[in-house]
Amino acid sequence: MSIVIYAESAEGKFKKIAFELASYAKKVAESLGTTVTAVSINTQDVSELSKYGVDKVLKVTNDKLVGFSAKAYADVIQQAARKENASVVVLSSTTDSIYLAPLVAVALEAGFASNVVGLPESYLPFQVRRTAFSNKAFNSTEISSDIKIIGLAKNSYGIFENTSNMATEDFNPTVSENDFGIKVESVEKGSGKVSIADADIVVSGGRGLKGPENWGMIEELAEVLGAATACSKPVSDLDWRPHSEHVGQTGKPVASNLYIAVGISGAIQHIAGINSSKVKVVINSDPEAPFFKVADYGIVGDAFEVVPHLIEKLKAFKAQN
Amino acid sequence: MKILVCISHVPDTTSKINFTHDDSQFDSNGVQFVINPNDEFGLTRAIWFQEQQAATVTVVNVGGPDTEPTLRKALAIGANDAIRVNANPTDSFFVAKQLAEVIKNGGYDLVIAGKESLDYNGGMVPGMVAAILGYNFINSCTELTIEATNAKAIREIDGGREKVSTSLPLIIGGQKGLVEEKDLRIPNMRGIMTARAKTLTVVEPVEASVHTKAVKFEKPAPKSAVKLVAADNIDELINLLHNEAKVI
Repeated sequence: MSIVIYAESAEGKFKKIAFELASYAKKVAESLGTTVTAVSINTQDVSELSKYGVDKVLKVTNDKLVGFSAKAYADVIQQAARKENASVVVLSSTTDSIYLAPLVAVALEAGFASNVVGLPESYLPFQVRRTAFSNKAFNSTEISSDIKIIGLAKNSYGIFENTSNMATEDFNPTVSENDFGIKVESVEKGSGKVSIADADIVVSGGRGLKGPENWGMIEELAEVLGAATACSKPVSDLDWRPHSEHVGQTGKPVASNLYIAVGISGAIQHIAGINSSKVKVVINSDPEAPFFKVADYGIVGDAFEVVPHLIEKLKAFKAQN
Repeated sequence: MKILVCISHVPDTTSKINFTHDDSQFDSNGVQFVINPNDEFGLTRAIWFQEQQAATVTVVNVGGPDTEPTLRKALAIGANDAIRVNANPTDSFFVAKQLAEVIKNGGYDLVIAGKESLDYNGGMVPGMVAAILGYNFINSCTELTIEATNAKAIREIDGGREKVSTSLPLIIGGQKGLVEEKDLRIPNMRGIMTARAKTLTVVEPVEASVHTKAVKFEKPAPKSAVKLVAADNIDELINLLHNEAKVI
């Protein structure tokens, strides 16, 4: 028995989410009296995982798996889970993991709970808390299959150091031609410096910015904070910003540590999309904007005055800290 | 080309969510139900294939009789016929198994499902259907073209997009982008009238395992009031974000 995690990487290096998964799995393993095994695919240096409690790494090195392929990666993960006699498999909530998760679930005949936001509430029965209704509610889900699969929501547990004596084992799972039915022709990276999915801070603009020509200050604020830029639905519908930046119930969900909304009134669908963010700051000239009801901090004021001032002050703050 | 569009019947995005029976069930009182937005983009794309490439479009839903108005709306938008699998859609695997059965019996070339439904947000069903049937599967699909039995698609990845190609039969998890929002179809009077005469077949479910169960619901705890900072006191905001919230 063990807990198996898929430690995602990009360009040969682990993503931050891999460390959150390891931290989470370690805690689950302690409760169940077992160990954590991580599956790494084409990651050059796996040693970093030992800082977060991983007991064993199954290191897969395979040229066929250099680019992401959901079916092939799912095949690797399910073979690792079988080999390790996994009782729990922990995946993340990145676009790639959400793509491969159902394939792993069917292969392992396992129940899957996505958007999980905490440690299991109980182990017998196995019950986890997840978000539902687009973050408007939480839902406790019972998983009754022998193997349980958890999709951990980003930033929902945190990263905790817990050094372990980690073993590394080369793992050569079977991948078949059948796994590569989807051929990748090309990959385009977005223009933003930081992607919304990876960002700890997101700076988002709404119709209050009056036009796409005013986005320079949103980008500058994001740059000072090392943040991703985003926008509300009307802004993407008006083509001021690309659809990929639209945050909300029918756009992208955001689970950042800090979400700064500039000139966004806060429609229910937008709030649903950002509800998982920890700290929300709202800058809006309308004191009645519904967004203030869910914000932690707010400034009632004209964005065109507040934002440049904020950029200037943040630059000074960053210089000192 | 035979297309099947999977339709989830979900609360309208403006709905306030409430629960009944000791917070064990969703309270549908006063809630307006709609076609799941991700499915609606897929349905409109399917209608485009129907009009431009002579495809036939069937819509399917796993649910009780209360979901039929949602299927009728899909028919009014232009789907040729509809199937309702008469079962309570409790678990993703159960739903996927029902859909796989419909697909096997109907011999569909292309299956379009939304990448997730806006009620339970599981995001599992399209991938599970593909895994059960061994079909090619593209998730988070934002563009799709079909020529003969070849498909070209764009899917969203974190921080960008990817162009992919594959062959039919294919299942996609679709989303906004499959068609522009302004191109979404609204049923017109003629559509509504003809929808009444279209076939809506009810089939009984096949046996399938259930691996998960939603046991309890809870609404987020009410938030404490916003801390307002004067517009001319940005230092205070930075102080709060640094020392109190510890996010910068």
